Amino acid sequence: MIGLQLEIQLVAVLAAAACALSGTFLVLRRVAMISDAISHTVLLGVVVMFLITRDLHSPLLVVGAALTGLATVGLVSLILRTGLVREDAAIGLVFPLLFSIGVILISGFAEYVHIDVDMVLLGELAFAPFDRLEVNGLDLGPRRAWLMGVILVLNLVFLLALYKELKLTAFDPGLAAVLGFSPALVHTLHLGVVSVTAVGAFDAVGVVLAVALFIVPPATALLLSDRLPVVIALAAAIGAAAAVGGYWVAHTFDTSIAGSMASLGGVFFGLAFLGSPTQGLVARALRHRRQRWEFALRLLVMHLLTHEGTAAEAHEAAAEQLPAHLRWEPRFAATVARLAEQAGLVERRNGLLVLTPRGRELAREVMLYGTG
Amino acid sequence: MGPLDLLVFLFSDHTVRTVGAGAVLMGVTSGVLGVYALLRRQSLLGDAMSHAALPGLALAFLLTRSKESAFLLFGAALAAWVGALGVIAVTGYTRLKPDAALGIILSVFFGFGLVLLTVIQRLPTAAQAGLDKFLFGQAATLLQRDVGVIGAIAVLALGAVVLGWKEFKLLSFDPAFAAVQGFPVRLLDVVLTSLVVLAIVAGLQTVGVVLMSAMLIAPAAAARQWTDRLSTMVLLAAVFGAAAGIGGVVLSSLGDSLPTGPTIVVCASLLVYGSLLFAPHRGLVWQRLVAARRQRTVQALRVLAQLYWLGAQHGDPFYPHPVRALRALVGPGVEGSLQELAARNWVRRLPDGRVGLTEEGLAAVRDFLRQAEPEAPAPASSEAKAQGGEAGQ
Repeated sequence: MIGLQLEIQLVAVLAAAACALSGTFLVLRRVAMISDAISHTVLLGVVVMFLITRDLHSPLLVVGAALTGLATVGLVSLILRTGLVREDAAIGLVFPLLFSIGVILISGFAEYVHIDVDMVLLGELAFAPFDRLEVNGLDLGPRRAWLMGVILVLNLVFLLALYKELKLTAFDPGLAAVLGFSPALVHTLHLGVVSVTAVGAFDAVGVVLAVALFIVPPATALLLSDRLPVVIALAAAIGAAAAVGGYWVAHTFDTSIAGSMASLGGVFFGLAFLGSPTQGLVARALRHRRQRWEFALRLLVMHLLTHEGTAAEAHEAAAEQLPAHLRWEPRFAATVARLAEQAGLVERRNGLLVLTPRGRELAREVMLYGTG
Repeated sequence: MGPLDLLVFLFSDHTVRTVGAGAVLMGVTSGVLGVYALLRRQSLLGDAMSHAALPGLALAFLLTRSKESAFLLFGAALAAWVGALGVIAVTGYTRLKPDAALGIILSVFFGFGLVLLTVIQRLPTAAQAGLDKFLFGQAATLLQRDVGVIGAIAVLALGAVVLGWKEFKLLSFDPAFAAVQGFPVRLLDVVLTSLVVLAIVAGLQTVGVVLMSAMLIAPAAAARQWTDRLSTMVLLAAVFGAAAGIGGVVLSSLGDSLPTGPTIVVCASLLVYGSLLFAPHRGLVWQRLVAARRQRTVQALRVLAQLYWLGAQHGDPFYPHPVRALRALVGPGVEGSLQELAARNWVRRLPDGRVGLTEEGLAAVRDFLRQAEPEAPAPASSEAKAQGGEAGQ
């Protein structure tokens, strides 16, 4: 039993890592939805190849699936090139059709094929340990683990071999073209790898989880770091964590494994969305508040410096007069004055706010370089 | 059984009639609202929203334990709405782009929906069966009451489009101008997005959450190819949507094991691909034909101009030349151009195979050269060309 559980998680973790590696560049290139399209259309390739070979275990099934993945990409760019519809619509015109044909074929030949639509969506993770790879009668482990392992290695090799090119074309395709790299070629190669990865992930974990693994972990990682190697590593780690955690959630509540993994990925994204130290909503709100006070402090010291030593200082610098002169709410003005005192920027003398040397220095700096 | 008998049979069949009515209402609603989604480049938002509807369906069932479609569709609408807000929040508050936001909402909501579905499947009650029909739709199970709900949604959505016609038009084509003119752009945006939610909900029972996006995109994209007017486009999209709906229902009722939802989507796709190819003006075939005709005209004019310049060299504009010389100057395809020119009576062919300009041909080439080079007088340029030609030989 423990072995089965471990093997299911192993397959999911391998799929998560492979998807994260190529998914990061999908998200960076703003073509994340192509993974949704590919994951739907590979169904057609599998069904067609099955109808030709009549063998559910034929390696040609995977080939057919990979070919439809590439065909999807090709069709989308073909439709785009006509200029008749925009990118979003082009993707939306291709995959529903191919997917529908796949579903129709499945229901037409349902008596021969025991792939049904649920399996396509959910994958067969729970059954992964029962599909073994045997060589000369020697049990080498679950077939899908080997498949995803090979695909993961393919992704790693691709990433290491073309890291510089991938990075450059993702961030600045114009510069890449000028420097003599072909962004189109790199893009096509990348989508080829995505296609193969999608096929493996589709077989191993189902369409829903495959799309989730391609997009959600890299998106989460992009909220947490600005450095590409860190983002890729984080994405793989987050995907793997969602896979392992999701398995145990599903195990505890006795529910869909793939669905739980996808949901947990969503939870991780939600946490990063709220709590990321640089990009998160909370950090942004805090920064916004802090900046509001900082801006007010700078405005105050500037105001005081402007009138320092002038005849108007008696009323311009009076603490009670701040709301009138700076058009602040009285409570806000009082808080700003108190914060300024605490920060050692001003001192109170007979109801007047007087700049300390530090306050004067800040005011000069602000007047020279602006409030930022 | 002739085709007419078949039609009579189909429309006297109660199930087909009910399902057909539902599919037509769904097609009209999604066609019309898809137009706005397409024009506002939000086609894939429909995809994300329809997937996001799944957990709403499941939650509505878990809470009410009722399969009354009104409850379920309300839950679906609510979840789709939350999904749309999620997409807007992620794109608004992070550096992530719309495609990533759509993918996140789509896959996570759908994954969660599948979790809820498995939870429902394990409920001890017998009433849980059949929720997964919303994945791909199961039009055959539509009841008249369901059609009533879809009809109410359609009336609501279409009424809103009629009432807000001017505002939605402005918002789709020039939101900045709409804002400057004082229209409540944000509110209109929310209303329009909510209407798309309605369209999705109308289609859940017939085509299901997975393929619903096609019904929002395909009829509108097909209609776009035939017209540049919004009113015509909306009407056409409604017609295409209805046609796909009824076509899918009829075909799947004929076929042995044709599932209705995917068949409707295939019909809608055929309409859109047909339009991309064959629509006048924008269609690919039309464009090809226009380009070919233009190419032929240019070639014919080149032949005509060569005859004129050659004639100028001989001091006789009507001087006939061998076809061989023309082929050397203009390239292959001279024969076709000459036939065309002869048909217009712009060139004459001598029995010995040489060709020369006619009076009409001379008038035509002078007219053309004047239009083409209004600055330079035609004879001067013709001499220059002729000399160039001589030097080349």
